[in-house]
Amino acid sequence: MHELAVTESILQIASEHASKAGAKKVTDVYLVLGRLSSIVDDSVQFYWDALSEGTICQGAQLHFERIPAKMACLDCGTSFELPGELILCPKCQGGHVKVITGDEFRVDSIEILQESGENL
Amino acid sequence: MNTLRVPVVEKILNANDQLAEQNRRRLDQAGTFGINLMASPGAGKTSVILQTIRRLAGSTRIGVIEGDTAPVTIDADRVISAGMPAVQINTGGDCHLDAVMIANGLNQIAVDQLDLIIVENVGNLICPAAFQLGTHTNVLIASIPEGDDKPYKYPNIYRGIDVLILNKIDLLPYVRFDMDYFRKGVEILNPGVKVFPVSCASGEGFDPWLDWLRAKLSKE
Repeated sequence: MHELAVTESILQIASEHASKAGAKKVTDVYLVLGRLSSIVDDSVQFYWDALSEGTICQGAQLHFERIPAKMACLDCGTSFELPGELILCPKCQGGHVKVITGDEFRVDSIEILQESGENL
Repeated sequence: MNTLRVPVVEKILNANDQLAEQNRRRLDQAGTFGINLMASPGAGKTSVILQTIRRLAGSTRIGVIEGDTAPVTIDADRVISAGMPAVQINTGGDCHLDAVMIANGLNQIAVDQLDLIIVENVGNLICPAAFQLGTHTNVLIASIPEGDDKPYKYPNIYRGIDVLILNKIDLLPYVRFDMDYFRKGVEILNPGVKVFPVSCASGEGFDPWLDWLRAKLSKE
């Protein structure tokens, strides 16, 4: 639901880093999102196409890398992956669990076009 | 033209988080404790605020920042008639408050003269969880009629809170609500989180919540 605000931030970050690198154009944006972040890829792509129009990022392809939600049981030490719904530790049925991965929410890298020899 | 891969590695909400830090420093300098109060629509956010104001008035100077998606001042008006300053922030349809809106809200209220600022977030269990505001503590209100499955359906908001107020406990005899199932879901997501069962209708359960709040205020 907050994909609009999130997409605005992605555009801002990508544009800033592109300008710093002397880009003529951004062709790809690589995002890393944990399964626990409630973001709908299609919705971000939809806003992206609208927001990036007329910017250095226009036409850039978004890539979503989804990191699985991995938990560790604080009682028995078992590691397990969340199947999508919330579950107790599959080994000891304990509820004391900690998130190991799945919270990621970052712009990892961008791919840009530079004028040849510009940095020489 | 060259193609080049540029590493970025920046948190998507980095700009918001940094502004939230500034808000936090501003509150700290003023010696004002800030609460981000979140809940679904109708859980009783404004009612809990009004009860809290009523019971702390006299000893504590409280201000409220009200977030709403529509340009209505119903909530702010109720706070002002309870004798405390309130600022209404219209998010223009946005589903959450963010650090920019809080910075604007803080400009409109005499922070230095307050002991406590309560931010009433937009009624929503999804989006507010993602945006830091710069307040000191996150409080979620759940309520009995919402059902006992909400921790399982909205895990992110339960994970990020410091205090859970369970409102409308006076309705327990009339509504199917498995307290053990609810508490188990909360415990998985947020082990050891403080839970205060209350009823705004009867006033039951407010003392432990107010004791917790007073202890926080005396530390600030």
